Amino acid sequence: MIIAEQKSLDELKSLVGGAQKVLVVGCGTCVTVCFAGGSREAAIASASLRMSSKLEGNAKQVTDVTVQRQCEWEYLDQIAEQVKEADVVLSLGCGVGVQAIAEHFPQTWVVPGLNTKFMGLPTEQGVWVERCAACGDCILGLTGGICPIARCSKSLLNGPCGGSEAGHCEVNPEIPCAWQLIYDRLNSLGKLHLLLEIQPPKNWRTSRDGGLRKIVREDLRLVAEKE
Amino acid sequence: MTVGEQSNGYLVGSNLERVLRAGHFAVTGELGPPQSADSEVIRKKAVLLRGYVDAVNLTDNQTAIVRMSSIGAGAILVQEGLEPVIQMTCRDRNRLAIQSDLLGAYALGMRNLLCLSGDHQTFGNHPTAKNVFDMDSIQLVQMVAAMRDKKVFQCGDVFKGQEPRFFVGAAAAPFADPLDFRPYRLAKKVKAGASFIQTQLVYDVPAFARFMEKVRALGVHRETYILAGVGPLKSPAMARYMKKDVPGILVPDELVERMERAGRPWAGKKPDELSKEDKKARSEAYKKEGIQICIELIQALRQIDGVAGVHIMAIEWEEAVKPIVEGAGLYPRPVVPLSAQAEAAS
Repeated sequence: MIIAEQKSLDELKSLVGGAQKVLVVGCGTCVTVCFAGGSREAAIASASLRMSSKLEGNAKQVTDVTVQRQCEWEYLDQIAEQVKEADVVLSLGCGVGVQAIAEHFPQTWVVPGLNTKFMGLPTEQGVWVERCAACGDCILGLTGGICPIARCSKSLLNGPCGGSEAGHCEVNPEIPCAWQLIYDRLNSLGKLHLLLEIQPPKNWRTSRDGGLRKIVREDLRLVAEKE
Repeated sequence: MTVGEQSNGYLVGSNLERVLRAGHFAVTGELGPPQSADSEVIRKKAVLLRGYVDAVNLTDNQTAIVRMSSIGAGAILVQEGLEPVIQMTCRDRNRLAIQSDLLGAYALGMRNLLCLSGDHQTFGNHPTAKNVFDMDSIQLVQMVAAMRDKKVFQCGDVFKGQEPRFFVGAAAAPFADPLDFRPYRLAKKVKAGASFIQTQLVYDVPAFARFMEKVRALGVHRETYILAGVGPLKSPAMARYMKKDVPGILVPDELVERMERAGRPWAGKKPDELSKEDKKARSEAYKKEGIQICIELIQALRQIDGVAGVHIMAIEWEEAVKPIVEGAGLYPRPVVPLSAQAEAAS
């Protein structure tokens, strides 16, 4: 899932700036699961902004609402009225959610309340770690299900650099060396021969480097749109 | 004649290639370009290395600190009559930039290239920079070997004019983890086209001998020239730092103790009890011992089957190279004419 982290209250305050009517919009999907922008966090952010504006002598009207998915327009239709009334929308969705609101409500000023961090998973309660870099051309079949693009600090494709020590990356002892993990896993599964093949330079066109990415599935498109 | 060789029997014919092909025990040195645009720094260091090494590595923004480019500094070395080994990392350039810089390097007279991944930018003085890593070091070796042997750019386009011909090398980290994979990774680099290998600093000769045993079992030493990395210790503090904090470097306790013993005449005194002269004399004693250790390491490494030379890393202490090379009995350096290989082949 998409993992995000809430911006500081100071930054939220400066983002909503001089607006009087603020609508905080939470999202019920990824950012709810990672406790960054669900209905609970939206209510807290909303109350914090309300209280701090009151303390500063300029009480703002701050309300909050949470939709099931900010990244789909049909869910945004449900809050169209509230959005119209707001001077600013503070989105607690990921970067996709913020842009979905901006795109769907051209007259509305929308600002991000979260920093979208990465695609990953919780490894324990309260800890999330990156797993996928969305390079668009998955090589996990060569590396035993461990991604060196996302998890090696240098995104190396042909094995560990000289900075692998006792299982961690020299960049930070908190980072496990992806290539040590790959080596151990292939070794335990009897597939070390996969590491002996030279992997050619990657085609980064399928990654963000190729420009805006888009998928069109003709089999799923509505007939009316096709014509 | 094997793939890529020219009619004279050499891939490139650089001095380093000639010395190695003639079977001499090669000596390469290293020069760290300055954190400035001052060409005099390079010229002064060149004087200290001239005649004592077969080629000089020029680091590419080592430890991710911005310095004069290795190719810029290499052009100065060529003017000074020394042979550079250009270091090229994958950290700062994508495949377009690497290839175009190498065309320039060849045009300026550079003939040896060492392909590296590159230290991560978070270690250097621009930790907020975006890194590149479009390719890795093995892909880089493969690309530059193909530019030379197949006369193609990475994209497959064929050179219409002069192709860049580099004697291509790569690095090896014999003591980094996963330890068991290291000989195979070296083999991979050689398969990609590395004609020579320069290793990380070796202080633990038995550990390196064990690594070389595995390398020999793979037969890799017959397909490439392996230069063991050595470097003089400057002080016991440096020995302890390398032992404790630098990944992939093993420093035996015995060497740390030897460095400490060198300072024994000044032991038991607090830093403020030592005069300036005392400190200077102690520093000299440390350096003398560091050089002596380095000489002994070279002599021991030379006995290991498959070691074709040494790479002396005395960065910011280039003065040490002369006594090390002389002390190890490796001076004067051999002169191998370009015609030697053709004669041997005929």
